[in-house]
Amino acid sequence: MRTPIAWYLVVSGLLFTIGTVGVLVRRNALVIFMSVELQLNAANLALVAFARRWGSVTGQVLAFFSMTVAAAEVVVGLAIIVALYRKRRSADVDDASLLRW
Amino acid sequence: MGVLILFWVMAPVSVAAAAAMLFMRNAVHSALLLIVNFFTIAVFFLMLGSPFLFVVQIIVYAGAIMVLFLFVIMLLGVDREENLRERIAGQRWVAVALGVGLVAEVFAAVRLGVGLSGGNVAGAAALSRGGNVKALADVLFGSYFFPFEVTSILLIVAAIGVMLLGRRRAAAPRPGGAADGPGGGAGAPRPDLEPVP
Repeated sequence: MRTPIAWYLVVSGLLFTIGTVGVLVRRNALVIFMSVELQLNAANLALVAFARRWGSVTGQVLAFFSMTVAAAEVVVGLAIIVALYRKRRSADVDDASLLRW
Repeated sequence: MGVLILFWVMAPVSVAAAAAMLFMRNAVHSALLLIVNFFTIAVFFLMLGSPFLFVVQIIVYAGAIMVLFLFVIMLLGVDREENLRERIAGQRWVAVALGVGLVAEVFAAVRLGVGLSGGNVAGAAALSRGGNVKALADVLFGSYFFPFEVTSILLIVAAIGVMLLGRRRAAAPRPGGAADGPGGGAGAPRPDLEPVP
């Protein structure tokens, strides 16, 4: 018996939602960043699931690209967090409110 | 049948690890739970007929990226309590309500678009013609060759940008002695750190 692709998509949607809630709720910049990674991975899972559904490798190639871009994004984001920490002595996003009205 | 059992073992672990990540006070625990989640996603990739992405997921995500995360957590210190006071009243509940709405939306979209028992239109044969890696390489270096090269530029630009971001401004030479050597005492003032506002 085959596993329906829809189940993978539902898991992917759940993971994406957990990531979204994490970005909205948490205040620690590092945990917010981890939640963004979770969202990216959920999107990758959906891509690979659709690749399986249509029997085409293109979805997997796209997931591969997304992983590469995510690696670049993580490196830059962590450097920004470290720079912010050096400046403000805190990784709390509420402390970085210089541009708030 | 084996894939079905594996799915029902992995899916709850995946969602539970992700959900527990949100509730952890300690950032290190969050990172470790995220590694568990990435591993289950890697197993999903394997079940979906992509052994190449399975390996890449484990090496790049669970390996490199999470080690980078742990490294930064170590640099910033883990003993900091998160401020639980809400800056915007009721923000947390609104966020959870929006999340529930998003789940319902995705569920409806999957149901309308694919159908909850929607099987595979094509067999897995096309995914692994001559091996999954070969099939992937044919597409990657065929249709997507230019984006592939652009990605390499992106990585170089990211590396240079991070070097620039992480650079400390050269410490002004102090009259007394060497500027900010590696063996500087803990109590010495650090010219590279700006005062706490």
